[in-house]
Amino acid sequence: MWKWLHPYAKTERAYVLCNTLLPWFVVTAVLSLSIGTLWGLVFAPADYQQGDSFRIIYIHVPSALLSMSTYVAMAVAAAVGMIWQWRTAYMAMIAIAPVGAVMTFIALVTGAAWGKPMWGTWWVWDARLTSELILLFLYLGVMALYSAFDDKRQGGKAAGVMAIVGVVNIPIIHYSVEWWNTLHQGATITKFDKPSIAPEMLWPLLINLLGFAAFVGAVSLVRMRNEIIRREIHRPWVVLIAKQASK
Amino acid sequence: MRSGVYAAMFKREYTLAFRQKAELVQPLVFFVLVVSLFPLGVGPSPEILQRIGPGVIWVAAILSSLLGMERLFRDDFQNGWLEQLALTDASLAGLMAIKVFTHWLVSFVPLVIVSPLLALFLNLTEPMYWALLATLAIGTPLISLVGAIAVGLTMGLNRGGVLLALLLIPLFIPLLIFATSAIESAAMQLSYMPQLAILGALLLLAFAFTPFAISYAVRVSLN
Amino acid sequence: MSLEAVNLSCVRRDRVLFEQQSFTLNAGELTYLLGENGAGKTSLLRILIGFVEPAAGQVLYGGSAITHSDVRRKFNAELIYIGHKSAVDPHASAFENSRFWCAQHGVSVTQELIYSVLATLGLVGLEDIPCGQLSAGQNRRVALARLWFKATAKVWVLDEPFTALDVKGIELLERHIEAFLARGGSVILTSHQPLSHLTGWRPLELEYRL
Repeated sequence: MWKWLHPYAKTERAYVLCNTLLPWFVVTAVLSLSIGTLWGLVFAPADYQQGDSFRIIYIHVPSALLSMSTYVAMAVAAAVGMIWQWRTAYMAMIAIAPVGAVMTFIALVTGAAWGKPMWGTWWVWDARLTSELILLFLYLGVMALYSAFDDKRQGGKAAGVMAIVGVVNIPIIHYSVEWWNTLHQGATITKFDKPSIAPEMLWPLLINLLGFAAFVGAVSLVRMRNEIIRREIHRPWVVLIAKQASK
Repeated sequence: MRSGVYAAMFKREYTLAFRQKAELVQPLVFFVLVVSLFPLGVGPSPEILQRIGPGVIWVAAILSSLLGMERLFRDDFQNGWLEQLALTDASLAGLMAIKVFTHWLVSFVPLVIVSPLLALFLNLTEPMYWALLATLAIGTPLISLVGAIAVGLTMGLNRGGVLLALLLIPLFIPLLIFATSAIESAAMQLSYMPQLAILGALLLLAFAFTPFAISYAVRVSLN
Repeated sequence: MSLEAVNLSCVRRDRVLFEQQSFTLNAGELTYLLGENGAGKTSLLRILIGFVEPAAGQVLYGGSAITHSDVRRKFNAELIYIGHKSAVDPHASAFENSRFWCAQHGVSVTQELIYSVLATLGLVGLEDIPCGQLSAGQNRRVALARLWFKATAKVWVLDEPFTALDVKGIELLERHIEAFLARGGSVILTSHQPLSHLTGWRPLELEYRL
């Protein structure tokens, strides 16, 4: 009854691709995260001004960087889906979205935790923190829109439009928030002191950045796989996989 | 021939908008109510009111626009008119642009008209008022155009409300920032042309791209 | 000009409704789309007019795909679609709804023509009352008036056109369809009640699948 449909070939291929890529991402993530974090938290020298509290940089900076690049990745997936009409691209988009939202959330929480010793308060309306907060709203919007649709195909398209509208707006939002922040400079402490970072502090940061990227990739791949299985639950190849797994 | 089609669209939208006067007035009443709550909430001190006035008016404008935007496609989606529109000779993007324009005309122009009253409530000075008027004139079409994309996507869901706010409020932040900062500049007797220029640029950008995004969104909802 | 479906497949909510449907609507032919509720009749009609993207296959009009913008415009100019939703605004009168629709679709009609068509459909004296105050059957008639206005149409796609109509209304519509077919038009329709006057239709059956 469930016959082979031509465009559906792609989901199986995508599933296989996910499986092939996943081990590489997992290995890279585990290795770099453990090396980078250990090095950063234990062996890297303490900052002469901030003492040990600067070490949160090893979590904060990678997550903040990835929160933005993940949004771009999500929007690219949406654009691919829109232009070439790939169902799998929309699946990828929706697989990526919550991962990016979590990265944004981590960046916000670690930013606040860092702000406490540095600024003496958990939250200031710093330009970067504010942009990050708005970014979180944009992620939540895409996810909420997708989940509001019963027909996931339609939901993917709708969420894709919002993802693309969001990516067009991110530079505008970022720029406007910076403008707003300098305008109200009296009220807040804006800039970090940014001395050039010592190499023994930089290396663990770069390694952790790689680790975070690989981690985001790995989790997205797992979510993508699950999404494919959930959406294609009636396909013969999925049934076959399920049977093999239960043996 | 095709320009006739667009003119007919405008005529229909305009006629029908005035058949539902109650719905037309609701966002406007909401706007005035929200603004008049603030003096009660923060105290009647003229300095404080003048300080927060621009922000209050703009936040209220954005919130009331969310209330009114939901109406934009709801009826025509439910009764099937949008399906018929998608089958005409004219481009859907053009028709949607006219729809949004009519909506702006009947729902935001009244808001601009009552703004002197609110400026009075919040003790805005005359230069601030002119700046407010200028930002409303440039900013509200921007709200309509960008908002219509999200309304187009959510019209089939029957639970627009909060979802619409979540989708749209982040996108309106730059607008809020530049508009209020223009009014603050006016309060300090400074030129607010830079802010208006940026808002104008955003509006032109929206003119160029949003009609296509709106018609795409409508097609997704018709799917 | 014929409307042709080539290997259409449809997936809704990740469920396959139908696959590999191929058929042609020829001039002068009536196609009667049959199937249980949920078999995908409405989806098939919406694919035919280009609202829903088929999961596979394509729709051709006059031999070229309707996704082409030139073909699309020609197709729009020669198509009347009447769906579940009647596209009659409750705040406007029957006359206004007709005039709006004609203006929107580039159909030039005189005021007299609108009144006479509405009279044919048994809406005498109701032309200027807001449609929200008319009965469901009367609203349906307002929607069906489009089949009388747009004389340039060559294809009618009708989703449950007989819903809410009384016996006289059904007969009127069936006679009108008959005349259209005789003029060389082609019609595809769905209906829950059997056709009483129309004969010579070609069945197209969709099976309900799990």
